[in-house]
Order: sequence, then structure tokens, then C-alpha cells
Amino acid sequence: MELIKKTNIDFMGLRKIAFAFSSVLAILGIACIVMIAIGRANLGIDFAGGASADLMFTRPVQIEEARKALDKGGFRDAELQAFTGGTKMLVRVKKTDVPVGEVVDRIKAAFVTAFPDNPVTIDSSSAIGPTVGKALQKDALLAVALSMLGIIIYIWFRFEFRFGLAATIATFHDVLAVLAVFMLLHKEITLLVVTALLTVAGYSLTDTVVVFDRIRENLRIRQKDNLLDIINESVNEVLSRTIVTSMTAFLAVLALFFFGGEVLHDFAFAMMGGIIVGTYSSVFVASPLLYVWPGKKGGRLIKTAMLTKQPLRAAVSAPAAAAAMPATPAPAPSEPRAEKAAASGKKKKPKSKARA
Amino acid sequence: MSKSLVWRVGLLAVVVAIAITLFLPSMPGVRDSLPDWWKNNRVLGNKISLGLDLQGGMHLVYQVQTDQAVSSATSRLMGSLKSSAAEKAVPLTDIKQTSATEIEAVTTTPADMDKFLTLVADLGTLESKTREGNRIVLAMKAKDAERLKENSVTQALETIRNRVDQFGVAEPVILQQGVDEILIQLPGIKDPQRALNLIGKTALLEFKMVDEDTKLTPPLPSSVPASEADALVAQYAGKIPPTDQILFEREVDPSTGSVSKKPYLIKSETMMTGSYLKDARVTISGRTGEAEVSFEFDPAGGKIFDALTAANVGKLMAIVLDGNVYSAPQIRERISGGSGVITGRFSESEAKDLAIVLKAGALPAPLKPLQNLTVGPTLGNDSIDSGKKAILLGCLLVVLFMAIYYRMSGVIADFAIALNLIVLIGALAALSATLTLPGLAGILLTIGMGVDSNVLIFERIREELRLGKSVRAAIDGGYDKAFTTVLDSHVTTLITAAVLFQFGTGPIKGFAVTLSLGIIINLFTALVGTKVVFDFINSKWKLAKLSI
Repeated sequence: MELIKKTNIDFMGLRKIAFAFSSVLAILGIACIVMIAIGRANLGIDFAGGASADLMFTRPVQIEEARKALDKGGFRDAELQAFTGGTKMLVRVKKTDVPVGEVVDRIKAAFVTAFPDNPVTIDSSSAIGPTVGKALQKDALLAVALSMLGIIIYIWFRFEFRFGLAATIATFHDVLAVLAVFMLLHKEITLLVVTALLTVAGYSLTDTVVVFDRIRENLRIRQKDNLLDIINESVNEVLSRTIVTSMTAFLAVLALFFFGGEVLHDFAFAMMGGIIVGTYSSVFVASPLLYVWPGKKGGRLIKTAMLTKQPLRAAVSAPAAAAAMPATPAPAPSEPRAEKAAASGKKKKPKSKARA
Repeated sequence: MSKSLVWRVGLLAVVVAIAITLFLPSMPGVRDSLPDWWKNNRVLGNKISLGLDLQGGMHLVYQVQTDQAVSSATSRLMGSLKSSAAEKAVPLTDIKQTSATEIEAVTTTPADMDKFLTLVADLGTLESKTREGNRIVLAMKAKDAERLKENSVTQALETIRNRVDQFGVAEPVILQQGVDEILIQLPGIKDPQRALNLIGKTALLEFKMVDEDTKLTPPLPSSVPASEADALVAQYAGKIPPTDQILFEREVDPSTGSVSKKPYLIKSETMMTGSYLKDARVTISGRTGEAEVSFEFDPAGGKIFDALTAANVGKLMAIVLDGNVYSAPQIRERISGGSGVITGRFSESEAKDLAIVLKAGALPAPLKPLQNLTVGPTLGNDSIDSGKKAILLGCLLVVLFMAIYYRMSGVIADFAIALNLIVLIGALAALSATLTLPGLAGILLTIGMGVDSNVLIFERIREELRLGKSVRAAIDGGYDKAFTTVLDSHVTTLITAAVLFQFGTGPIKGFAVTLSLGIIINLFTALVGTKVVFDFINSKWKLAKLSI
């Protein structure tokens, strides 16, 4: 079965619209980061400090009554979520002066006072002091920065700098886009969400690398052709590959979204958004960026491609090859640099495998 | 079948066997029936443990208030100086503690000050900061203060460990974190509130005398509601003698559950502390049937207690724990046996916990809670359930998709997924990994992302076939050419997983571990595992057409 046979979509032609759309997303994402910096974003309690408690009541409680009870107990801006018909309630309190050791007790006391005939127990709770939250924020930022750095370095090894830059911008755009969505929907940004963003960043890169691999090959083979056409056709060729790989990951995350429970719900949502945006960005952001940067003729891009000493494979010269020929460099002596970089750059090495 | 094929099939079989062997100790039923040499082996005996978010339990981070430890030490030094000055007949007009590390002392004449200074030198920990004739400011030496702070953290760690040990939690984790923080993890704990009380209690036991001579106007009320206790202290602030303080006894009305406090006027000077306690046990009072805590002093403490009770027969002595009066019994006679009883209308579990805490000793400094995560059993079980469901559904979706989209080759890829999971679980067991809820998500992502390796290979094979190559050549070509792309895709995901592992907290680390391991193992299963099957089928049936 093949969902996507030979396509011939003019992706590059759509690039102006794509850039406009992506710029909007990126700006929104940056706005989200600014809001985090000034403390107005919806950060989870692991970043902002505060407390959350899972309360189990014997009889259902209305959210409004619960909110009033908390108000009286001194918790003004509590967030409340009711589950299973009102007997289970999740209370979240941020920005409170009550010390960590007492805050959950006080929350429970507020409910005991308000509903004396409706016994309540606390199933789970978190209380996090503000200093811990700040330390975590710093760690998260550092993690994101290091990931981006690792990505730039890796792509720089595998391709030339311009590819690296385009890939990094596209990946960063993905992170910003998901942040923008979270901000627009006023969803909470927790450590798990940051984890999802980082995973998305790493994963979206694979898509981009698949496309770039093909573009680089086609550049080598068809040096006479127009850069715009080369990029367009490369993207069309790998389109089915890109969509199917994203599809499989999306299916896995979809299962998590529906059945993964409350804890993983936002994580799954961030991953889903990230996978969609990641696919979009490989096609509509990373590839056109190669064309736009630097200079319209793309002369320098082709020249650098020529300078990497890749031999043309014999199969390529077959006349039947109108559309591009797949010709990934063989992983043997002709490409020592890439092979070394791939194997040595990162800490984990692939298990040794028998070659066919 | 070619020799290389036989080797590769053999390799696969061995890998699977090893993985299953490694996983066996993690299965609760199976573990017990394994022979001892297996269970205790350093590698084979490892098992996967469940994280707190799946098992339920508590994760606590406290900061040891080391400054207060220093302050208490200074106060003790002051006490020693006072008594040795009295012994050596050095007349002190005044001595008081002015800060956490400083003491100010005044003698009658400068000559006496010199005598006092020899006493200070004998003590060792203090040095003179400024001196004017017969007035001096002493400060604790900086090195000693530092050492004290470090020791207080280590001592706090020990004390907590003792308490938790006696409480009986399986596999607790108690670690020092950074300079002055302590991390405590109590998996599977059933009564989080009790544990909190047990750990957080400073448990400073002090014996102080009740001030029965000073008459206050208006006299202290016999009890106030708990919320008004602070207001009461403020109200009497200027009226009580400077050497006294107001402390409260906590009373809970059994019918309404409301808390009230009974004020006492207590002389601030601590006559004796709980550091002399040798033992503490729960006993049932023959008279009231209530639980009480009986304690016993060590010989040195016994002597002090003897002197104390002898000098104060007929007076009220307050037993104060962490600044709360537990009882204020009258000393009826001199107690030379070095033992006593604390009563306070305890429930049996309260008495038990108090005994634990007294026996393990007081914390050298108060603990300030920084973080408190409690996962109750309901949430824990729910998480396991939803994790299992999600993985099953995710697996199903991906497996079906591959089978439909790539037909028989898709089924081969599904076999690779199964292989991947088996080896992953074996690897997790061998590393004694902790499985968390995000870790389960990582397993699911391994499936979703891992299968991409096969997608890349199969798409390449399709292209080769379209070019008119033979089945054999197309398969070889596909694997060959897709190799670097597969490698790239895994390395990029590994970069971020490595960063997450470095910076993540417990559950996030769990995610990074399962994802990284899964992806690495996937390189093996996707490239070698599936190729073996293709080659095997090809060698047996010499396919003319490939179902892909």
C-alpha cells in the first residue's frame, strides 16, 4: 500500500506563505518565552513553586463550593479540577507564602472546615518551595541550550554549515511553535512538557536530515539544474518517507494521549503538536531556508556540495533515472569524515552488527 | 543457508535468551523460586524497580538550618563558661549571647577578665574579638563554625536514618544533596503524615522549671484556642520577667477535634536536655490505661537528674519537646534512678513515634522542608494501569499500520518491535533501572520512533525495486543505503535524551533511560534483526516478488 505515490507539489512556490505562517508561530513562541521570563506564564508548580493535592471526598463536591472553601482558608487563586463526578478533586495553588511543610495540611483543613460532614483524604500531594522551582527553571533552560548546541554541532559534522543553520532554525521554530500553542491554550508548562519539547527537537531533526540527505545527493548529481527545482523534487521524493515516519510516532503518542492518564496528558499533547510541526518544518521551513540563504542563485550551495569528494555511484548514470536517483554515500572509505563524526561525536555507540 | 545467516540467527536467539534471563528476577512471582546463586549474582540478580510515581511513596527534600546549629552550640558554650566561671570563682557581672556566634561578657575588673580569658582558652572553640578592659566580645572560630555546620548535616542524616529504620520502611533512600540539603525517599509508604511528623520533628527534649512565683496580672487563662496562641504571647510580651517565656500545652478535644492551647509561664533556662537519654519505650500506664513514654538516662544524665530533682522537690517541672509543653508534673521526691515518664494523652502510635524520636536523638538543627511529593497508592495504581493500556494500544496501532502499509515486510518489522521490547526490558533489568511513568512513555516512543528505522529501509527497498532490481539486490541495496540515515535519526534523538538524562529529575531520568536504551537497541533489531528474517526467507524460497 502506498499512500503517497509520485507527487509533484511545488513546495518552494508556497514558501512565502509558509515563511509568513512560521514567522507568526515563532513570534508567538518568543512571546511565550518573554512571559515566562517576566513571570506571567502558566508554569507548573515544579517551576513556579506551590502546592497541588489530589483530594478524595466521600460525597461529590461542586467546584464552586470548593473554590469558596479554599478562599476562606486563605488560598485565593487556586486552580481546581474535578474528576469522576466530583468525588475526586485536584487542587493547585501557586504563589503562596505558606511554608512547604504546612501548605497541604492547610488546604485539607480548609475543606474540613467547610465540609465537616464530608470526610476527605489526600491521596497524592506535591509541595515545592520557590527556591527549588527557580533552580529547576535554570536547569531546564540549560538543558534546552545544550540540546540546541549539540544539534548544531552534529549537523555541522554531517553536512556543511548552511545546512546546519537551516536545520537548527527549523528545530528551534518547532520548539517555539509548541510553546506558542501552549500559551494560546493557556496550558501549564511543566518539566514533562519541557521534556516533550526536547524530545520533539531531537526527533524533528531526523525528518530534516532525511530531506537534507536527499537534497545533497541531488545537488551532486544534477549540478546543471536550477536549485529551486532540485530542492522541490528532493522534497517530493522523500515526502512519503517523511509522512510515514511521523505517522508511526504520532500513532504511538496518540495512544498516550488517550490512555496515558492525567500525568502524561500534556506531555502527549506537546509531543503530538511537536511531531506535526516537525514534519511541517522539515518541508516548509528547513528546505526553503537552504534556498534563501545565502543568495538567490544558490551558487555557493552547489559549489560547497561539489567540494565534498563524493563519487557518483554507477547506478546513477542509468538513463532511466529522470527523477532523482537515491544515492546515499556508502559508509565505507569514501566518506570517512561523516562516518567518524557519526560514531565518535556522541557518547552512546551503536551495538556492533553483522553486515549483510 | 549460508554460514553468515546461521551465525546471525544464532546471535539473535542468544540475545533473546539472555534478555529473558535478565528479566526473570523482576517478575514478582518468579523471583522467589529462583535459586540463591542467581538471585544474589551481581548482574543476573538485578531487577527493575518501580519509581515512586508508580509505586506510591514520598519524596522529601529538607534543608538543615545549620545557622541554628551554630547558635545552639554557642549557647551551650556560654553555659559552660558560666558554670566554670562560677567554679573558679571568677565573678561575672553579665554574660549573654548576642548573635549566632558571639557572646558578650563583663567582669568586675580587668584583672578578673584576664582570669576569664584563661577559662575561654581552656574551652578552645571561642576566641576574643574585641576587648575593652573588663568587657569582651567572644566569637566562635570560623573554622570551628564551618566544621559544626558540616557535622550538623551529617548528624541530621544519621538521626533521620535511625528514625526511618525504626519506622520500618522498605528500601528508603536518605542522601545528602549539595551542602545542606537532605533527600529522603520512602517508597510504598502507607501513612505519609506519620512519616512526615517522624522525620521533621527536631525532637529537642528540654526539662525546664515552671515559674510558680511570678504573679501575672491579668493571670494567664487556663486555655486559648490554638489560633490565638501567638496573640496571647504578644499580649504578655512586656509583662513577663526577661528570664521567662510562655510555652503551651496542646490539647485536642476528642469530640469536636478542635485544638486549644494551655499556656504556662516557664523559666527559659534549660535545666537538662534529652541528649542524656539512653532509652525510650512505650508503656501503658497502670493507672489510666493510656500510652506513655518511659525514658531512661545514661549515668551522667542520671546524676544531673538526681541533683535537679533533689533541689526542686515540690515544684513543677515542665517537660518540653520542640518548644511545646507535654506535661508539667510536680516533683514529688528526689529521683535517683535516672528514669522518668512522659504522659500526654497519647494514642499508641503517637507514643510509639515519640519513643522512636527520643531514642534516635534530637536533630542538631531544625529541618526546613523544601519539597514534598507524595504519591498515594490510588494514583500510583492508576498510573500503572494507564501506562499499560497506552503501551498496548500504541503497540497495536503501530503494528497494524506497519502490517497494512508494508504487508509482509511490515509484519517482519513488527517482529523487530517485539525483539526490541524484549531486549530493552532485559537491559533495564540488568541495569537495575527504575521504571517511572515517563519511563513507560519512553518505551512507547521507542516503539513509535524505532519503527521509523524500518520505514526508512523499506522505502529505500521500494525505490530499488521500482528501478527494476532483483529482490535480493533491492533488499541489500535498501539496507546499505538507508544505514547512515537510520544512524543519523537515532543519534539526533540520543543527543536530547542524553541532555535530559543529565538534567532531569527522577521521573525524567527514567524517560531518558528507556528512550536511549530503546533507540540503541533498535539499531540492532531494525538493522540486523529484520535483515536476518529477509535473508532467511529469501534463502528458503528465492522470492521473485517481495511483499512490501
